[in-house]
Amino acid sequence: MTNEQDAIGERPNEPRHVRPYGDTTGDGMVQTSFTLPLSHGPRAEAAALQLANKMGMDPAMVVHAKAMGAQYTFFVVYGKVSHIVDMDAVRVVEREFPLLSPAEVNSAVRNLLRRKLVVVGGCIGTDAHTVGIDAILNIKGFAGDKGLEYYRELRVINLGAQVSVPQLVKRARVERADAVLVSQVVTQRDAHLLNTREMSAAFAEAMGQRRPLLVAGGPRFDPLMAADLGVDRVFAKGTTPGEVASYLVHAISTDSEQ
Amino acid sequence: MTSTLGLDPEVTRKARELAARAAEPVIDLATAHTTVAVERASLRLAGMVGADTTHRAGDVPWVNRVVDTVQEHCGLAQGVLLPVSHAMREGSYTDLTELAEATAAGQVRYSIPSGNARRGAVSLSRKLVRAGIRRLDRNRAERDRMIRKIGDPPQRPWVYLIVATGDIDEDVVQATNAARAGADIIAVIRSTGQSLLDYVPEGATHHGFAGTFATQENFRIMRAALDEVSKEVGRYIRLTNYASGLCMPEMAVLAGLERLDMMLNDCMYGILFRDINPIRTFVDQRFSRQVHARAGILINTGEDNYLTTADAVDEAHTVTVSQLLNERFAHEAGLPDELLGLGHAFEINPAIPDSFRLELAHALLARELFPDAPLKWMPPTKHMTGDIFQGYLLDGFFNLAGVLSEQSILLVGMMTEAVVTPWLSDRDLALTNVHYVRNAAGNLREDFRPAPDGFIAKRAQQVLGEAVDLLGRITEDGLLDAIGNGTFGLMKRPADGGKGAGGVVAKDDGYHNPAIDFFESGAA
Repeated sequence: MTNEQDAIGERPNEPRHVRPYGDTTGDGMVQTSFTLPLSHGPRAEAAALQLANKMGMDPAMVVHAKAMGAQYTFFVVYGKVSHIVDMDAVRVVEREFPLLSPAEVNSAVRNLLRRKLVVVGGCIGTDAHTVGIDAILNIKGFAGDKGLEYYRELRVINLGAQVSVPQLVKRARVERADAVLVSQVVTQRDAHLLNTREMSAAFAEAMGQRRPLLVAGGPRFDPLMAADLGVDRVFAKGTTPGEVASYLVHAISTDSEQ
Repeated sequence: MTSTLGLDPEVTRKARELAARAAEPVIDLATAHTTVAVERASLRLAGMVGADTTHRAGDVPWVNRVVDTVQEHCGLAQGVLLPVSHAMREGSYTDLTELAEATAAGQVRYSIPSGNARRGAVSLSRKLVRAGIRRLDRNRAERDRMIRKIGDPPQRPWVYLIVATGDIDEDVVQATNAARAGADIIAVIRSTGQSLLDYVPEGATHHGFAGTFATQENFRIMRAALDEVSKEVGRYIRLTNYASGLCMPEMAVLAGLERLDMMLNDCMYGILFRDINPIRTFVDQRFSRQVHARAGILINTGEDNYLTTADAVDEAHTVTVSQLLNERFAHEAGLPDELLGLGHAFEINPAIPDSFRLELAHALLARELFPDAPLKWMPPTKHMTGDIFQGYLLDGFFNLAGVLSEQSILLVGMMTEAVVTPWLSDRDLALTNVHYVRNAAGNLREDFRPAPDGFIAKRAQQVLGEAVDLLGRITEDGLLDAIGNGTFGLMKRPADGGKGAGGVVAKDDGYHNPAIDFFESGAA
């Protein structure tokens, strides 16, 4: 998961050891729900309680049990867990770049490239869900944050849905793309991972070291998987266009320093 | 009926007139062309079934092999049925399958007959297609008989639930359970990517991606299961699938042959969201709707999709424009209002002020513009964030807007939208939500009148006004140019681009298709 905090490094107010919080620090209270393939009755409720205990909830309370047809029962369970999380052992991809305003992005691109930065984006494979790529690219943006089309120094080519990998590589070449953004929403049978690997392999084969920056995004991606997928950066759920724009500036500036 | 929204009847009339003018050139285009999919669908109506299992590309349906071969030998400008019927008579084949096998073996040379041979081929083609048309008619009568005997759902809106396991046998389990839990309509979502296949797969299938392949056999299996459960629950459970994509006409025919009850069928969805060639889509759309009209299948249009890509407030009028165009194209193809399930959706950002009032205004506008159409009301998806608790509340408001604006078909929203494909418990909770709202507020419409010149009435008038303005621009520029310019759902689709353009053929004067003749004359 991407860490939402801005500060990189020290977090003076963060406790080292944490447990879930219900209404009292350290009470360890959690709530969960599940279905068992049992007809509703005392035996089903006892089974739900036993499952909750095995999940580490002790004591546990089955607060709601409802029959769903003759063979299934739905449960809501509250309970106390004894587990403790050691924050020193927590690893996340911290945002490795500062968040810039659109004006800062524009002036950074002007200074670094002396031309517009070219971004080609689309949904690859059979995925027709353009909502993710559109949220990042369309001027409309996402959560009040304007999309990349809004940035004067970015030239955005949105190829839309169901773009084949060869089409994407070809277009990226023709447009001399600095960055390629792909969005993947459909995750059935890991289609998002397979498609992304196919994409990065195609760019590596066609362009080698001179390939554009490759960025993948979607609700079921884990940012830790970038290297495994052969891309430069992975963005997960909740990413804003501003974050992507800031990353692009960061990536081209590190690139030009090398 | 007097307008509760204060809509000016003159504006409404003008909106319809502009929609008809915008549709006119496209209808001309649709009647002047045929497509490989229309011809394959016609062959299916004539009774060609099955696939070439020995082909190196896997199972290739016989209709594809035959249409491709005819196109190669003598073109499709006069349709496929004339050369096919001619070949049947010349080669004295016992049935179309035998002809298809001979075609695959390279033993048939297709040609356009003339003189007496032509008259003979015309007569045979009528006889073959008539059998298919009669099956559509019989299925329609059988549906009516079952509804009379078993009964319709007792109240509106009808509850529409989706199954999407990828395996037709699992789908049957989920669908029958959903019917027992209160669903009135079952939609079997298709496998991702099926809309871009230029053929219809064969047989019962068990390995779809995020959905189940639509095949004739899968249609038959599910309809048979729903007939059983209909008797058990005491209401006729309707079955829905998708007439969209490159095989729109064939899907329509298969649905009619297997007594499906509803089909998703939008005049522009394929163009905008699947990048299918616009002319291909309009030709396929017209034929498929003629089939639906004959089979008594209720269509569901896809306006909800615009709002998943465009802003639901700024672009609300594009939904109205699309509804008016869908209505015009449907009427032209012979579909009456009661088979017109025009779509719309609850997709306004819940964070903006008065979002519910805006939703209600849009929903009431659709209800009032299309009083006799069974409107389909689609749940929030874009603003379902993974916060299932907030999502459950949003679905509750969606249900409330649905009953308050007297929607006819309600697609049940899942609080786990954007998280997982619905679990058993998600579906149960979602139905509990619908039942609560329907029970608590189902008759609230009797007491509810938007204040004249209030926020809701004004908003509805504004959206209609914007729709008329946009229709005015579309009639000036032409609908194809409007689509090319990104008017709908912000997607730009030029008329000469897109998939399946190669399958469009201009008809010549000798074009012959008895299916279209039967549809347009109503005869059999």
